[in-house]
Amino acid sequence: MTLILLVEQVLNGLQFGIMLFLLAAGLTLIFGVMGLINLAHGSLYMIGAFCAAAAAAATGSFLLGLVAALAGAAAAGALIELLVIRRLYARDHLDQVLATFALILIFSEGTRWVFGSFPLYLDVPEALAGPVTLPGGIQYPLYRLTLIGAGLSVAAGLFWLIARTRIGVQIRAGENDREMIAALGVDIDRLYTFVFALGAALAGLAGALVGAIQSVQVGMGEPVLILAFVTIVIGGIGSIKGALVGAVLVGLTDTLGALFLPALFELVMAPAAATQTGAALASMAIYILMAGVLIWRPTGLYGARA
Amino acid sequence: MSRETLVNLTMLAGLVLVPLWALWADEPFTITLATRAVILALAAAGLNIALGIGGLVSLGHAVFFGIGGYAMGVLAYHAQTYTPLMEAPVLIEGTKSMPVIWLVALVASALAAFVIGLLSLRTSGVYFIMITLAFGQMLFFFTISWARYGGEDGISIYLRNGFPGLNTLVPIQFYALCLTLLVLTLALTAALMRSPFGLALNAARQVPERVRAVGLDPFRLRLAAFTLSGAITGLAGALFADLNRFVSPSMFSWQLSGEFIVFIIIGGTARLFGPVVGAVLFVALEHWLGGISAYWHIWFGLLLLGIVLFGKGGVIGMIAGRARTHD
Repeated sequence: MTLILLVEQVLNGLQFGIMLFLLAAGLTLIFGVMGLINLAHGSLYMIGAFCAAAAAAATGSFLLGLVAALAGAAAAGALIELLVIRRLYARDHLDQVLATFALILIFSEGTRWVFGSFPLYLDVPEALAGPVTLPGGIQYPLYRLTLIGAGLSVAAGLFWLIARTRIGVQIRAGENDREMIAALGVDIDRLYTFVFALGAALAGLAGALVGAIQSVQVGMGEPVLILAFVTIVIGGIGSIKGALVGAVLVGLTDTLGALFLPALFELVMAPAAATQTGAALASMAIYILMAGVLIWRPTGLYGARA
Repeated sequence: MSRETLVNLTMLAGLVLVPLWALWADEPFTITLATRAVILALAAAGLNIALGIGGLVSLGHAVFFGIGGYAMGVLAYHAQTYTPLMEAPVLIEGTKSMPVIWLVALVASALAAFVIGLLSLRTSGVYFIMITLAFGQMLFFFTISWARYGGEDGISIYLRNGFPGLNTLVPIQFYALCLTLLVLTLALTAALMRSPFGLALNAARQVPERVRAVGLDPFRLRLAAFTLSGAITGLAGALFADLNRFVSPSMFSWQLSGEFIVFIIIGGTARLFGPVVGAVLFVALEHWLGGISAYWHIWFGLLLLGIVLFGKGGVIGMIAGRARTHD
């Protein structure tokens, strides 16, 4: 195992984690403010990717694709908030799970209807294609490095929005006491629609950014949605800081587990068996991490103590 | 007789008469569809014990379904290849006998449910939903990378397993076996709802503080319910694997866990026959809508959305009115 491989994998894990954060941030915000568990968040990720792929194919511009992803996902988010989600805030989690499960069915099949079952491709923009040489002579894809940078700036922007702006104050107040801020004259319905659309836009952005390194296809949202759930469970539901820490932890555990576990087992087992056992365990590593965190802290790393 | 009892009896009569009609009319595919519906109903009936009575929204019950399936797959695979499952320290061989497979499926999924319950029940609400979901994914990915038993491709079993005194290759006989197990499970659930355990579990869902105040431990009640619930869903998994003569990691998929919950809600939460009505309706819709449109999931999603948003109490609730809270 070389140092170059290790650095590469750490960067891959970081990139994966940061993208996961974009999804998890919206999920945790929506839960924190509205108390809603949204299974359809992965569908918004998928919608973002499809909007980006369609817009980029039509205009040839990756940047316009990103704009389309943000706008498309935010619009879809606002639409389902007004039509469906709004009716679910007062319901129990079971109804929320079912209704958003129904939304997944509708969005997935609807997308298949419009775009067909074949994956679309979104090309990495010219300017960001190819590798870049890092200090120490390590070659790393420039686009992935850009993803890390872009994700971190979005994270910084989000922290600023929550901590420093008027709307951020309202969001934080909404988490604590929704009757009180309604009584203070804040239009709570509009605030909820805004928060939902914001979360949707973040998910759509993540879908578009990741869409350029993976294929854009129906069903791409669900595996990553479940990882986003794991992330916010580890971080503590409702906490943006927890989502960031959880996302990086999940990203690093996943990539480094796949790298180290087979090698680790080779120390005590025959190579073939070690590869198999290591791979099996690596695929479960993040869930083991989650179980461990929950045994230690049942409400996650930064969750409110019950 | 209450209207709910009437609905239940009609449903049961339908489950007996429709396959008999199919046998008479020589429509074996209808019997296969009915078998599928009955097995899915059994899986959801298992979940209903945790979800309906105990209020435990498990989004990972496909785990137990999959474990039951793999119990069948692994045992039958070793029997059909004439290789022992394990040689040391004791020789364990595969088997093609359903009762043995069922027993293994029940015990294995009960054990899994006990361990998962032990960890997950420390939490509640959304955390519980997400943790059960995550455990489901964990086993899903484990079976994908479990190369010894086919990995992603799963295991094909050439011949359906046998049951003493029956020829399970005849569709109606296998159907009768599945229906018997479903009826037994429903009878058990009915007895459970009226038993002190069931009442305490119900109370633990509504006001855990009072249950604790009378000296019962809600955690232990829930754990027992979750274990029993997992075991029944596991049994359904073994039957499902036998119906298809095939097991694969897709039996662990989280969509399946979601569908189990959907069956219960469409039928009516905490109703004895809720899972049965829901599963039968699902299989019927899948068959009919699937024949009309390749995108039938859209219509099914809209229907589900309508039931969740506007139809409180599911199909049974709409027909029979509110559940009786007192006898």
